[in-house]
Amino acid sequence: MIPEIGHYALVLALFAAGTQAILGLFGTARKDAYWALATGPTASTLFLFLAIAFLALTHAFVVSDFSVWTVANYSHSAKPLLYKLTGVWGNHEGSMLLWVFILAIYGQAIVSFGKKLPPVLRAGALGVLGLLAAGFLLFILFTSNPFLRLDPAPQDGRGFNPLLQDPGLAFHPPFLYLGYVGFAAAFAFAIAGLLEGKIDGAWARRVRPWVLVAWSFLTIGIGLGSWWAYYELGWGGFWFWDPVENASLLPWLAGTALLHSIGVVEKRGALKSWVVLLAILAFSLSLIGTFLVRSGVLVSVHAFATDPARGVFILGLLAVAIGGSLALFAWRAPKLKAEGSFAPISREGGLLLNNLLLVTAAASVFLGTLYPLLLDTLSGEKVSVGPPFFNATVLPLLMPLLLAMGIGPFLPWKKADAMPVLRRLWIAGIVALAAAGAAAALGSGKSPLALLGLWLAAWLFAGTFFLVLERLRLFRLPWKESFRRLRGLPADFLGMAIAHGGIAVLAAGVTAATLWQTEKILAMTPGESVTIAGYDLRFEGVELVAGPNYEAERATFHAEKNGKPVATLTPERRYYPIERQWTTEAAIYTTGFADLYTVIGEQARADGPRTVRLYHNPLAPWIWIGALLAALGGGVSLVGRGRGRRPPKAARGKA
Amino acid sequence: MRAKFFLPLVLFAGLVAVFLFGLRLDPSRVPSPLLDRPVPAFALPDLEGGEDGLKTADFLGGPTLVNFFASWCLPCLVEHPLLLRLGHEGRVRIFGVAYKDKPEDTARWLAERGNPYDRIGVDRTGRAAIEWGVYGVPESYLVDGEGRIRWKHVGVLTPEVWEEDFLPRLEGVGK
Repeated sequence: MIPEIGHYALVLALFAAGTQAILGLFGTARKDAYWALATGPTASTLFLFLAIAFLALTHAFVVSDFSVWTVANYSHSAKPLLYKLTGVWGNHEGSMLLWVFILAIYGQAIVSFGKKLPPVLRAGALGVLGLLAAGFLLFILFTSNPFLRLDPAPQDGRGFNPLLQDPGLAFHPPFLYLGYVGFAAAFAFAIAGLLEGKIDGAWARRVRPWVLVAWSFLTIGIGLGSWWAYYELGWGGFWFWDPVENASLLPWLAGTALLHSIGVVEKRGALKSWVVLLAILAFSLSLIGTFLVRSGVLVSVHAFATDPARGVFILGLLAVAIGGSLALFAWRAPKLKAEGSFAPISREGGLLLNNLLLVTAAASVFLGTLYPLLLDTLSGEKVSVGPPFFNATVLPLLMPLLLAMGIGPFLPWKKADAMPVLRRLWIAGIVALAAAGAAAALGSGKSPLALLGLWLAAWLFAGTFFLVLERLRLFRLPWKESFRRLRGLPADFLGMAIAHGGIAVLAAGVTAATLWQTEKILAMTPGESVTIAGYDLRFEGVELVAGPNYEAERATFHAEKNGKPVATLTPERRYYPIERQWTTEAAIYTTGFADLYTVIGEQARADGPRTVRLYHNPLAPWIWIGALLAALGGGVSLVGRGRGRRPPKAARGKA
Repeated sequence: MRAKFFLPLVLFAGLVAVFLFGLRLDPSRVPSPLLDRPVPAFALPDLEGGEDGLKTADFLGGPTLVNFFASWCLPCLVEHPLLLRLGHEGRVRIFGVAYKDKPEDTARWLAERGNPYDRIGVDRTGRAAIEWGVYGVPESYLVDGEGRIRWKHVGVLTPEVWEEDFLPRLEGVGK
């Protein structure tokens, strides 16, 4: 009964979405505020029906209703409750439902938080979201319905990919989708602005929070994915340039460019059509990413063809959504008048350079990700474009980006004199050089690339730090006055400083963990000891332990440093009998400055030695701390924005 | 002036066209301009960095299957069992070129999965691959006893491809 309610709610949601699309789009085209006002209730209706559908599917997973096809295929009664819950989106059908549900959440958020938006703009955005939701719901209902029944129902389910039975990845899709779909909101505002012919500073100020939300969630989502890959795949690495990872990086790169250039529209009225194009691009890449990953197209183009109905539907949806918006862009964007002009050396110029580098990086990743797909499509050949391609094309773009990030925020709008800025920055350069030199002296290996990477990270950090000091006028004013200035710092500025600092921390982590990694692969017998990066590691042996739905071989290592015990590490190899799959569980001891990372492999023969992989990853934790800081920066900008819009006195009175 | 606003639409239309054709097109082969030409002049070090890797003169004296591979290449895993089998049967010499890969990674990869190659050249910079006209890994070539490239296959070497494209030509090129 409950699955039928969910199914029915999906059908009703389709009608709500269609109504929302028609009311919103025609309302905007006719600039009819009466029609426009009606979109609010339809968006709430859509949200309500999708919430019912989502809860119905969740219920089916929790009670293990194996008469539902999706549950039977992706769940099992022996699974822990947490993974029964996350199993809802751990499959194609459920993840599509989550996607459209989040779309409806954003619609409801526009209704709830956008009361002050001009009715026509709000209706246009809701209309676009309605059209997207309708497209997704048609796709779900006709090709990927999660509520289809099985008769007779099987005794038990077929299980759930053990790699996904992990907290890091279980909550990865919701964050990722909150990011992807967040760009749908920015996209919807861009389309509405184009329809209305009004893209200006006020438009940018209204849209920027949505870009910030999307960017922050996507940053967390990508960080979670990378963290999971680090401890779950057991290769000691954090980024593999895998098509699935690239699919999430693409909208992030475009979204980062959007986040920076939308400020130019807000403050100076320039770069309007570029910003609109970026909004379309960021969401298009989200859409392409979702579909390519979810339909398995990126792994093999034949997945497109195995279910022709799904492939054609996906293609049609992409063509309508992306093609339609690009056609609208070609038609309406030439009418957008740029207002502000600026000199090449200025804040605007710096942001344009940032955009150029980010978009070029996105294009390289796009090409590298899709090239095997294109070749496969055109000639049926399968090739890999692996890390060498991406390292050679993307890293040379990201290095100047870090360099520019240290300078850009110092530049005033419109026109800057290079000399005074450089004069202020030379201290940051020297401090950074000292920091990088000190790190290189402490770290293992003296590769020039590591020094360069660390210098860039330290440069960005020092530059950002001095920028804050300058705003506070620390040491020039009494410290009480400086403290008052700290509290009065605009949230946008504070958020930017935190995010840039986070990127600096991340860059240092990536550099050190990549170039200073120590790796040992050994065959060890119990009782043996090994030394790695100053740690003495004794292998005690392997025991069998039982988990809720797996059996594990658990090894025990005792780590000592300078003769003092510091940690006991217990890496595991787990066997999931239902899914007949093995997983690796790395054991990591972290000091915050470095990770001692242990993984065990198979035993070649009984009583023989065991393959053991040991890594020492300097600064590895900084990668995820940095990503978290960057997302936090986005959040600070966002929260402060809501506060700053009201006159300060009224705000204080209310608080 | 206005044409530039249409550029994104045109690019996207091209992408859609590729996807659309992909749904219809039959898999076909990539022709190589190097067919029936002598193998390019090159000399590559072996995995230990010694001189005994792979060079042009090694191809004289018998037919050879040349396989460009890398430890980071997932499709290379797919074709690896076939190469092992071919190496076992001993009908043809198999030379490997490790493309843009660290020698220690290549060595570990081969140690873990088996080594089908009679000789291995280490092409760290990808320079030799450019000379050969390699698109990406994996890629396989059939070279005759006079050192002429007789066939090229881009992508995974499957048993079907081996039987339909390589075997008949292997008999053609003689010893």
